[in-house]
Amino acid sequence: MSERFKVVYYVNQFFGQIGGEDKASMEPEVHESTVGPALGFNGLIKDSGDVVATIICGDNYFNEHKADALEKITSIIKKYNPDVFVAGPAFNAGRYGMACGEIGKYVFEQFKIPVVTGMYKENPGVDVCRQQAIIIETGDSAAAMRKALPVMAKIVTKLVNGEELGSPSEEGYIPQGTHKTVIVDKRGSQRAVDMMLARLKGQEFETEMPMPVFDRVDPAPAVKDIRKATIALVTSGGIVPVLNPDHIESASATKFGKYDISGMDGLSPKDFKTIHGGYDPVYANEDPNRVAPLDILKQYEKDGKIGKVFENYYVTTGTGTAVANSVKFGVEIGAQLKAAGVDAVILTST
Amino acid sequence: MRLELGRIFIKDIQFGSETKVSNGLLTVNKDELAELIKEDDRIKDVKLDIARPGEKVRIIPVKDVIEPRVKVGSKVQGFPGVTSAMHRVGLGRTNILYGAAVVTIGDIVGMQEGIVDMFGEGAKWTPFSKTFNLVVDITPEAGLEPHSHETAVRLAGLKASSYLAKCAENMEAEEVLVYEMDNVAENIKKYPDLPKILYVEMLISQGLLHDGFIYGVNSKEILPTLIHPNEELDGAVISGNCVAACDKITTYQHQNNSVIQDLYAKHGKELNFLGVVLTPELTTLEGKFRSCEMTANLAKMLGADGVIVSEEGYGNPDSDLLIICKKLEQEGIKTVLITDECSGQDGFSQPLADTTPEAVAVVSAGNVSHLVKLDPAEVILGNIAAIENISGGWHDSVQEDGRIFCELNAIIGATSEIGFHNVTTVLR
Amino acid sequence: MVKEIERYGIPIVHIATITTISTSVGANRIMPAVAIPYPVGNPKLSPAEEKAMRYELVDKALKTLETSINEQTIF
Repeated sequence: MSERFKVVYYVNQFFGQIGGEDKASMEPEVHESTVGPALGFNGLIKDSGDVVATIICGDNYFNEHKADALEKITSIIKKYNPDVFVAGPAFNAGRYGMACGEIGKYVFEQFKIPVVTGMYKENPGVDVCRQQAIIIETGDSAAAMRKALPVMAKIVTKLVNGEELGSPSEEGYIPQGTHKTVIVDKRGSQRAVDMMLARLKGQEFETEMPMPVFDRVDPAPAVKDIRKATIALVTSGGIVPVLNPDHIESASATKFGKYDISGMDGLSPKDFKTIHGGYDPVYANEDPNRVAPLDILKQYEKDGKIGKVFENYYVTTGTGTAVANSVKFGVEIGAQLKAAGVDAVILTST
Repeated sequence: MRLELGRIFIKDIQFGSETKVSNGLLTVNKDELAELIKEDDRIKDVKLDIARPGEKVRIIPVKDVIEPRVKVGSKVQGFPGVTSAMHRVGLGRTNILYGAAVVTIGDIVGMQEGIVDMFGEGAKWTPFSKTFNLVVDITPEAGLEPHSHETAVRLAGLKASSYLAKCAENMEAEEVLVYEMDNVAENIKKYPDLPKILYVEMLISQGLLHDGFIYGVNSKEILPTLIHPNEELDGAVISGNCVAACDKITTYQHQNNSVIQDLYAKHGKELNFLGVVLTPELTTLEGKFRSCEMTANLAKMLGADGVIVSEEGYGNPDSDLLIICKKLEQEGIKTVLITDECSGQDGFSQPLADTTPEAVAVVSAGNVSHLVKLDPAEVILGNIAAIENISGGWHDSVQEDGRIFCELNAIIGATSEIGFHNVTTVLR
Repeated sequence: MVKEIERYGIPIVHIATITTISTSVGANRIMPAVAIPYPVGNPKLSPAEEKAMRYELVDKALKTLETSINEQTIF
C-alpha cells in the first residue's frame, strides 16, 4: 500500500473564512485543518491523499509584503514537506490571482513540486505562473467552485502519480504554452496531404503549429536635431573585450555586456574580438568596427554632425538566443538609456 | 512516364564469399566491396560493418543513408551525374533491396551528424533502426582537403549501394510498386475536377556539408526547378549535407520521398499531382527573394490550387518557407507547410525564427530540442566522441554508464520535414 | 531588443541582413546590412574605401533616425 500524498493548500482571507476586505491585510497563518475550499478538496482526494495544512493570507498583505510572505510560506513548506501545492481557485479575483500566481511560481521553482491552481482565463495571475503551475480554467465567480474542485483534484492526483496530462481541452487546464514532442500513428507527409485536402474542401482542420504573433511598438518620434543628439551603439554581433570578462556565450546568450568606450576612437582589434558562434569570425576580428561602427560614430562626433556618442556600448550574442532573454536585455538596456537621456540608438545584427 | 519499383525483401544481412540475395538473406563479399571503394585514391582504407534491428549497436557520426537499387535491363547504373554519366531516370524497372541500407559514417569537418541507434529509446526516433544496415567507414588519405573528403565519402556510399543491389538485377520482385502519370496537360484534361497540387521541396544549399545535388549539380547553383516526381524517386536527387541530423533529407529519403509517395497515392483519385519544384535555400537576402519569387511563379504558371511545401533545416530557411507561403496565399493558392520547430528544451520558445499570419496550415515534425536519454550500447560503430560536435549533443552527453543525453537534433531523421517520420508536437 | 528599447520612446534603427526577420518581429526603422559577417564593413574594398563606405552607411542610419515614420520602414 503506497504512501498517501500530502498537500499544502493556500487560500485568501475570504475563502479562508476569516473575513472580507476588512481582513485583506492579515498576515499568513497556517492551520493544520482544512478550511474553505481545502475541505471540499480534501474530500475529493481522500482515497490517496490528505491536505496536511491550509495557509490563509490576506490579499493586500501578500501584494504589499511579498518578500516577508514568501519567507513565511517557505518555512511552512519546509515544515510540512508536501508532495504538491494547491492554491485558490481564484476565479477572476485579481489580487488573489496574483498571490496564487506568485506563490505558485515560487514554490515550483524553489521546491520542485507540482503546483495546481484555478483561475478564470482573464485573471492577471495566469501570466504570472502559467509555465510553472497547472492552472485549471474556471468560471469567473465563486459560483464555479463546485465544478472547479473536482477538476483540480483529478489533476493533482495524476501529477503526484507521475502520470502525463492530456491536452488542455481534455483535462480542463489553461495551456501552459509548451510544445510537447510525441510519436503518433500517421507520418507527417500523410498528415500534410490530409490537411491540404481538408483545406481545399473547405473542411475544418487544425494547424499543428499556430504562428506566433509579435506585438507592434509605435515608431518612436524622429530625432529633432541630430547635431545635438546623444547616440548609443548596441550590437547582437558579439563584439566583446578580448578577455570576454563577462563570459558572454557564443550562442543562446543569457547576458549582455556594457562597456565604457568614452576614451576610444573605435573598436580596436587589439582590444575587442567576436565571440558570436553563428558567422565566420575572420572579418570581425580583423576590424570589429565592421560589426559595430564605433570608429565612424566617433568621427561624426568630432565633425560635429552628432552631439556625442553615449559613453556605454552594449553587446550580446544573437544566435540561438531565446526570445525571452532578448526581451529582458532590451528592457534593461532601454531603461538605462532612457535614464541617461540618450536620444537615439543604432543596433547592428549579424 | 512509368516507373516500376520492384521490392526484394531483405530479412537479414551477413558477410560471406559471394554477394548475393537468397531467401531474404543478403550476403556481402566484404573484400570485394572494400576493393571497389578503395579504387578512389582519396580513400586510404575502409571498414565495413553490419548493424541489424534490435542489436545494441550505436552508429555515430552518420553522414548519409542510401537504399541499394539496380536498374533492370540497363547498361548504365548508378546515380546520374554523380556515380554515372548523366542519363534518363524515372522510368523502366528498378529493383530494390527493400529493408537494407548503406550507412556512411565518419568525421569530416566542423559540426558532425548524427546518431542511429538500432535498439531501445533511440530506435523509436529514427527510421533506420528498422533497416539492415551495411556501415561504411572510410579513412581518407592524410591531408585530404575537406571538400574532397566529403566527395569521397558521398561517392563511397552511393557506389556501395549500387554494388549491393547489382546481384538483384534479374531477381523476381516480391512486390512491385507502379508510379505512373501522364504529363501535366494530359492530367489536367483527364481530371478536370480534381484539385491541382504542387509539391515544393526546399533543399538546404548553404556551403560545404550543407548542399544537395540534382543530377550532380550542387543545389546552391540552381534556380527553382520543376521535375517529374519519378526523377526524384529514381535517383536524380541526392544528399550532400550534414546540417542537423534530425531534419536533413538523406539520399534514402529522397529515393523514398514520403510527400511524393503520399501525393502519388491519391493522384487521379482525390487530387491531381502536378509535379515537384526543387527550391534552394540560400544565404543571402537577394538569393532568398529570388528563390521564393521564382518558386511562386512556377506554382502560378502551373495553375496550382494547393502547394505542399517542405523545408530542410531550421533558422534562416524558416524565412524562405514563410515568404513562399505568403506569396502563394496572397494569390489565393492554399498552402500546407511541413517544418520542425526549435522550441527550446522546455518547449516554450517560439517554434520558428520568423512568422507570418498567412501560415494557417502547418504540420509540425517535432521539436528538435526535445531531450532524450539513449540506453547504453554494446557496440559503437564509429566514434562516440563525435557527439560533442553534433548539433543536439554536447560535452557531457555521454554518461559514465554509457547512456547518452542529447536532443532529437542529433538523431538521423527524427524530425523529418518531408514528413517521413511520425513525430509531431502537441500543445500542453 | 530593438522593440523593447523603442518602447521607451527612443528612436532606434536596426541594421541587419535578413531584414525579413526584422520586419516580422516588428522593428520600425530597418536598414539592410552589407552581409552577415560584416554588417557595416566590406573586406573586398581597400581600407580607405571601406571606411568611406561605412561613413556613408552611418550617415544613412542617422538619417533614418531623423525621419518621421508611421509604420515599419525599410530604408
